[in-house]
Amino acid sequence: MADLTAGPEKTPKQGNAADAVRASLTRRNRKQKLLQGLGLGAIGFAFLMLFILVASLVSSGYQAFTQTKITLEVYVDPEEIKPEKLPRGGFKDVLQASLSELLPEVDTSDRATRKALAGILSNGAQFDLRDRVVADPSLIGQTITLTVPVSDPYDQLNKGTIDRDTPEQNRRLKDHEIAWFDQLKAKGVISKPLNTGLITNADSRFPELAGLKGALIGSFWALFVCFAISFPLGIGAAIYLEEFAPRNKISDFIEVNINNLAAVPSVVFGLLALAVFIGWFGLPRSAPFVGGLTLALMTMPTIIIATRAALKAVPPSIREAALGIGASKHQVVFGHVLPLAMPGILTGTIIGLAQALGETAPLLLIGMNAFITSAPDGPFDSATALPTQIFIWADSPERGFVSRTSAAILVLLGFLVTMNAIAIYLRNKFERSW
Amino acid sequence: MMNDMSKIEQGIAVDAVKIQARGVQVFYGEKQAIKDVSVEILDKTVTAFIGPSGCGKSTFLRCLNRMNDTIDICRVNGDIRLDGEDIYDPAIDPVQLRAKVGMVFQKPNPFPKSIYDNVAYGPRIHGLARSKADLDEIVERSLRRGAIWDEVKDRLHEPGTGLSGGQQQRLCIARAVATEPEVLLMDEPCSALDPIATAQVEELIDELRLNYSVVIVTHSMQQAARVSQKTAFFHLGNLVEYGDTGQIFTNPEDPRTESYITGRIG
Ligand SMILES: Nc1ncnc2c1ncn2[C@@H]1O[C@H](COP(=O)(O)OP(=O)(O)OP(=O)(O)O)[C@@H](O)[C@H]1O
Ligand SMILES: [Mg+2]
Repeated sequence: MADLTAGPEKTPKQGNAADAVRASLTRRNRKQKLLQGLGLGAIGFAFLMLFILVASLVSSGYQAFTQTKITLEVYVDPEEIKPEKLPRGGFKDVLQASLSELLPEVDTSDRATRKALAGILSNGAQFDLRDRVVADPSLIGQTITLTVPVSDPYDQLNKGTIDRDTPEQNRRLKDHEIAWFDQLKAKGVISKPLNTGLITNADSRFPELAGLKGALIGSFWALFVCFAISFPLGIGAAIYLEEFAPRNKISDFIEVNINNLAAVPSVVFGLLALAVFIGWFGLPRSAPFVGGLTLALMTMPTIIIATRAALKAVPPSIREAALGIGASKHQVVFGHVLPLAMPGILTGTIIGLAQALGETAPLLLIGMNAFITSAPDGPFDSATALPTQIFIWADSPERGFVSRTSAAILVLLGFLVTMNAIAIYLRNKFERSW
Repeated sequence: MMNDMSKIEQGIAVDAVKIQARGVQVFYGEKQAIKDVSVEILDKTVTAFIGPSGCGKSTFLRCLNRMNDTIDICRVNGDIRLDGEDIYDPAIDPVQLRAKVGMVFQKPNPFPKSIYDNVAYGPRIHGLARSKADLDEIVERSLRRGAIWDEVKDRLHEPGTGLSGGQQQRLCIARAVATEPEVLLMDEPCSALDPIATAQVEELIDELRLNYSVVIVTHSMQQAARVSQKTAFFHLGNLVEYGDTGQIFTNPEDPRTESYITGRIG
């Protein structure tokens, strides 16, 4: 300490240097603070945007996770439903009769009123009843308890999306219809349980019945095909290029083009698939198999690039060690390098698949946006995928589809987050220090 | 010291040439790292390569088992023969060559596998063990020769990368001797070892000499003097002087050798 204070007088030169360092230090510190601040600001902005996105999706989508249902005591009238005529029968009339019992004062002599009354129930209610009776014809003549979805306008009313204060002519439900619903509610037959139909139903024209089952299964098959093709091919190509191919003009050319391929807009792959897979090979339209092939074209460059990076990251000392003992090139690659690169490869693959899961444009081009009301039985059946289902729903005018679109996006995001979390988990688990 | 000298005499009388290099030149791209080196490495002898950093010791050593093949830009000219056979002959498989000419690297590089698997790897790929018991025996013998058996015998199935640097290096030596090579190349094998482990490795080298030819690159004059019978001094890619260790250290012919040994260049 004493030295420091005495220093400047004895050796002015040294003192100047120390001053200069101190002066520049404040400047450098200020710069560092500024950089840190900017970085934090950028991260904060990103988080804010993410928060707004998720919040808006949740606020518009959470309604779709519940579904307004009505519980009816249905007398399966043998007059209307005859065992020998199944599966046909007057299911709609039977349902309407049990509704009339709940609302006795409604005069059902007029056809329009009967229709309006039946409109409380979802169109799918009669099919629910039919399926139960067909499964067990002994129900005919008995009274059964049935819980069925209400139709979309009443669902929206129950969820508060339809404002009772708007003038009647601007409302989808008339005053008397709202009154019916309030009476039903007062009788305690209206409930709002978790909407399992969102996952277990296929698509439908009626929002209260529409679900993601077809899209989920379609996406599963598409991703499965995509993985089964792009993973082995991508890794094989990467190993060859990285470990065995001679470095020359041709391999440089291939490398450049693989990188270019990764940057090609996905819609172009869709056009290619449309021309080649469907046009030339005659594969079926709208099939997840074709979707998977198309997505594989897009995922392969990603996997090749990730695999090559992972192979490159294996320290050369490991190769030298194995070579030095007399391992052959392929023993080195498959016995040492590839296992060590595997976590990196898997991470890249999962991220590639996550991209493929969210990819929409190429699937639209090969017709995976068709309106299909049953889940596919296999990869060659017509189906939609999650993103194309979102696309379809987003295009539909009914109120019920608005919240369902957001809910479907949340489901898709859920899958993407899960996949990325798995990738991060794998990366951390297998991270090594050499 | 007297003992050492007598060994040297004995060695020269008995031993034949194991590796003969003539006119070896090595290029990294345009840059020449080895300029016309000729040397004869004897069987059942320890040969030390000494010289200042960057003079090409490692490069020349790696020519002897064709490890330089793995470096794309590296080109080797000249003629290197192992037991009279040209090792750069297209008919020679470098894999077979490396089974005969083992190598220990400067930086310990165990596989990220168990200690047992590290040592067993070579015997396995070359099919040296007929049974599990056989393999167990090879592993134990190799680990003993690597002077590390006592430290690891209770944890053979733990990863080799979990050992200390010095232990890792001895594991690598054990791994190299497990394939029973005829020549063992060691590139500064003791640079990560403490004096005790160094002494153990030197003892091991001395023992290996009874059966093999050992080439060791070292920056320690004392080590070169202790373990080797022959010494080669490299400088700027040239082999300046090659001869009996005793003679090189006591009575070098070339002034560059003398100034390096006495610490004036390096
Ligand atoms: N892979 C490589 N690519 C290009 N040049 C290299 C490569 N390896 C070595 N060299 C060059 O070859 C020359 C000899 O290097 P080498 O590693 O053989 O030296 P060395 O004698 O082993 O040195 P040290 O004692 O420091 O290990 C050096 O000039 C070095 O820069
Ligand atoms: Mg070296």
